[in-house]
Parts: sequence; structure tokens; C-alpha cells
Amino acid sequence: MTIYVPADAAARALGSDEVAAAVAREAEARGISLRLVRNGTRGMIWLEPLVEIEPEGGIRTAFGPLTAADVPALFDAPESHPKALGRVEDMDWFKSQTRLTFARVGLIDPLDLDAYRAHGGLAGLATARAMEPAAVVQQVTDSGLRGRGGAGFPTGIKWNTVLKAQAAQKYIVCNADEGDSGTFADRMLMEGDPFCLIEGMAIAGHAVGADRGYVYIRSEYPDAIRIMRAAMDLARRAGILGPVFDMEVRVGAGAYVCGEETSLLNSLEGKRGVVRAKPPLPALEGLFGKPTVVNNVISLASVPVILAEGAAFYRDFGIGRSRGTMPLQLAGNIARPGLYECAFGLTLDRIVNEIGGGSATGRPVKAVQVGGPLGAYFPPALFDTPFGYEEFGAKDGLIGHAGIVVFDDSADMLGMARFAMEFCAVESCGKCTPCRIGATRGVETLDRIAAGDPAGLPLLTDLCETMRLGSLCALGGFTPYPVMSAVAHFPDEFVRSREAAE
Amino acid sequence: MTDKDATQGIVAEVIAAHSGQDGPLLPMLHDIQSALGHVPEIAVPMLADALRTTTAEIYGVLTFYHDFKRAPQGRHVLRLCRAESCQAMGAAANNDAIMQALNLGWHDTTPDGALTLEPVYCLGLCACSPSAMLDERPMGRVRPETIAAAVAGLR
Repeated sequence: MTIYVPADAAARALGSDEVAAAVAREAEARGISLRLVRNGTRGMIWLEPLVEIEPEGGIRTAFGPLTAADVPALFDAPESHPKALGRVEDMDWFKSQTRLTFARVGLIDPLDLDAYRAHGGLAGLATARAMEPAAVVQQVTDSGLRGRGGAGFPTGIKWNTVLKAQAAQKYIVCNADEGDSGTFADRMLMEGDPFCLIEGMAIAGHAVGADRGYVYIRSEYPDAIRIMRAAMDLARRAGILGPVFDMEVRVGAGAYVCGEETSLLNSLEGKRGVVRAKPPLPALEGLFGKPTVVNNVISLASVPVILAEGAAFYRDFGIGRSRGTMPLQLAGNIARPGLYECAFGLTLDRIVNEIGGGSATGRPVKAVQVGGPLGAYFPPALFDTPFGYEEFGAKDGLIGHAGIVVFDDSADMLGMARFAMEFCAVESCGKCTPCRIGATRGVETLDRIAAGDPAGLPLLTDLCETMRLGSLCALGGFTPYPVMSAVAHFPDEFVRSREAAE
Repeated sequence: MTDKDATQGIVAEVIAAHSGQDGPLLPMLHDIQSALGHVPEIAVPMLADALRTTTAEIYGVLTFYHDFKRAPQGRHVLRLCRAESCQAMGAAANNDAIMQALNLGWHDTTPDGALTLEPVYCLGLCACSPSAMLDERPMGRVRPETIAAAVAGLR
């Protein structure tokens, strides 16, 4: 018998270690020999810890959310357990997804290379290594894959620039500095299927002629750091990594701005994580001045399936210029939070109300912030927007890394706008004035508006325009999105009469 | 051997361990902090010397990143998330109550040196907001009571 108890950080945060210990204890007391697998998560975080039991030759069935106290009954009579969920694959929430990038996450032991292979792993790398580099780049271009970290730049074009650059040394850098609130897909992928990222990076290395890779992981993710390092050791021993392509993990040090690719490169070089002016593009002068592919975790982890199944297979999912699938991360005040991978194109209403089940508190949904702390707040009036890069852009929003944070009607939108400015002030690298000083002035101006100063709002609008146009990177340049979207969609909260304030 | 010699010895070992790496300053600072609990003043000239740069450059890096501490912290660190997803689930009031119960402000350490409180902007635990991390232990859907129970045994 095999019992799966997730070791994903979110599952652990909800007590899965205690459940795993109870499973081991109970099995020993009953003299049952079992294989306890600490898998990733299936993504249904509201059901974590979600335990699955697979009898020898039998069907794998799920139970959740479990506590240690629920464990003895699992062994007594699993069929009649009050928390029995049936097969995960038969559950509506799971079944309605298209899991390409996250196909193995939660299914297998993240550090079991044989299981990885048995579930389709390494097929993409084998295909790629049998092809000319330029043909691999062409496949990625044809797939329509765009940067999943938020910028949405076509991955194939970036790779092609690095491929054509002449240099003795090139690098693949994986941006795993997932600092946006409401996003956790990078973490889940690295903790749940680390070989997939390794395979994607090895394919990238072959495609552009790089023999060295770095995964820059934020320090807030100790589990992901540990699992990625262990997976790299296993991959090296199995000959997947080695002289042709090798890689290492580097750990960030708590600076949000290092998620910006040029800051990240400076940080990797051992410098302050300040933004670099572009040009030169990192694709031509990146890490240590060499041509460098900088891609997000999900971009790179999407590549193996594209090579294994072909560009057309991937491109056939999605809408408009948003091709393939996107791992939606449902968070904040939502009844069914978790990770839901599907093709682009679902409306925000379906995502929030059908898939997410509305607010967790049961109160009306007031706003949804999509795309992290630099993303716009959308009111229910915009919930008919289909999920896609251009579709959100047309409504003055962005999809970013597909973090979806739901707020109920108790949210204070002026307070959220102020927080966005405060966050920018704390995290600014300080290189350019609109971001460094503008964010501090933004906090002050929002306080003036809160105190009833009618001159505050035009000043805030002007300040946001300056930040948007004058900042070097997205931190200062995109902070106006949450601020001005809150002003645009919830104007009443920004016109506070002096009487009310006093 | 004095404390100073011992500290220098540890710093020298860390520097030597990373000598073959490209861009080794962050890994060195992380290892020094993990061995000593902070990055002591004495490490700065040693790092500058080893990396053939100035102490000003080393200070620049050391002070840029929130993680690096120049003075000892508590033996345990509790990080409470302040970011949007956690705010949507009541983190602001929750954090205030926790801070009041612990009698700690942000970045403060208890008088006995057992616990330091730090703010954090996202732990990637947004699907179980509000969240926290006690040393390396992730905690979801935290309430003042759960935090009180978790830190009770630390002293």
C-alpha cells in the first residue's frame, strides 16, 4: 500500500507533517507495511492536507482535509471515512483543468526520477537533443509561449537572440524570485516537480548553446531551495546534468526588486540588486556580460511538454495571442483557493465565482487584484474580461504571473492604494527618482486624500503618470496600476469630505 | 583563541569554501549569517580583501538586502505576512493582535533574545492566508491563538 501525504509548503502550513507522522505511527502500530510518499500538492489547497491511499493494484483515492485525529479511521474503514473524496481525477474541480505544465505535480514523489520518467518526463529533452538548436528555438517560437513571469514577451524570440549572439560563454538564468502576493505557481512547481524545471533549462541550454544555468530562488522558499538542490544532485548522478549542461541554485536575500530580470542579474553577480538600463538586452549582455536567457520558472517548465508533444499541440490551447495554458493562482478571500491550470480565455467571473466559489467569508466580492502587487484592481463590472494578456491590457490591467487575489466588501480601497505605494517605497532599489521618491510622496498624498484634501487627487494622478513614464522598471512603472485602478473603479472612497475625516 | 579569532576563522572558512564560484558574495553572506546569526563588522574588510573590492562595496550589498543583519537577532524568527492576499483575509488586525500579545513591534526581539518579529511580503502561502513562518516552519490560516501556541515553547 502507498499513502501520499503532500509535503508542499502550503500543505505543511496546514498540518501535513503531523498527518504524515500519524500515518507512519498508525501503520507501525498495526504492523502494516506501507510506502509513505511525500508528494507535491494537487492544488486544491482548501482540501489540504489531502491524503491519497493506493492499495496494491487498487485505485488511488483521496481524503481531506485531514487532521492527525482523522488518521486511525483511515485504516479502520476507508470506504466509509467522512472525509473521503473519491479519485482526485474524478473531482469536478480537478477534472475541468488542462494540466500540461503541472501534469505531474502532486501525482508523483518529486524526487523519484523513475516516476518522473514513467509519467512522460525527459521525453522533451530527448527530442530536443536530437534536433538542431535552431529547430528547438523554432518549436518554442511556434508554440506561442510567452513569458509567464508577467512581461509576456515571446520566449522563442528571446531564445533566438541568444542563439544568434556570438560568445564563448552563454547562460540560462531561471527567475524563481516569485515575490508577488497571490502567486505560488513557481514554488509549487519546484517543490512538486523539480525535474520538470531542470529538463526545461537543459532544453534551453541546448537550444541557445549555453552550458551553465542558475536558478535564483527567493529566500522565503526554503523547501523549494532544498528540493531543487536535491533534484539537481540526482539529475547529475543520472547523467542528465553534467559537462553538456550543469546548473546551481542561488538564494536571494529578501529584495522584491530582484524579480526584475536586470536586478536579478546584478544580484547573481554579487552586487546590489539595482535595475540596469536596457539596452543592452540581457539576451546580448546579461550575466557577467554574456548572452543570457532569463526566463521565469513556469516559462521554462512549459518547454518540456512543448518539445514532447509538438508546438501545434500547445498552441491549440488559448485565445488570441495568449497561447497554451496558464496556472491560475486563486488566493485571498476565496472559498476554493489553489492552483488551477487551464487554457487562456476563461472570464474572470468564471474563475472567481465558479472555480473559486466566490468569497471565503460569504460576503459579496468587491474587487480582484490580478497580477500581483503591481496589478490592477478589477471590480465585478469588469468580470466579463477573458483571461489573456491583451484582453486584460485593454481594460488597463495586466495578468502578470496570474495571481488572483479576491477581496470582499470589507476591503478599504484607499488603504490598498496606500499599501501599494508603501510597498514600492520599501522595495524600491533607489536607482531612479520617480520610483524612489515618487512612492514616498504617493503615501503622503494618499494620506492627504484620506484627510479630505481636495487637491490630493489631481496630484496623485500626476504623480502616477510620472512614475509610469519615468521609471526604469516595472516596480515604479506599474505601481500606478493598483493605485489608479482603485481610484477609477472606487472613486467614492477617494473623495472623503473633511467633515467625515474630522 | 578569542571570540574575535573564532569569528575570523569562520569567515575565512566561508570565503575559502566559495572561492571557486562566480559572483560569490551573496552565497558568502548567507553562509556567514547562517553560521553566526548575523554578518559581523569584522567580516566586511575580509570580504573586500578576498573579492578585491572596497569595504564600501561590501557595505552597499550588505545593507541593500532585507535578509542580511548586522547585529544578532533572536534565536528564533517569526515572520508575519503583510501582503495583499493575507490582508484580504484580515492580516492587518491579526498581526496587530499578535504583536500586542507578544509585546513586540516589527524588527523587535524579546528581552530574553528568544524571538525576533519580522514583516514579510509574501511567503507563497496565499492559498491559506493569512500566513506566517516560524524559522523554516510554514503556517497557514494563522490566528493569534495559533501563533501564541507555536511560540510558547521557544524560550
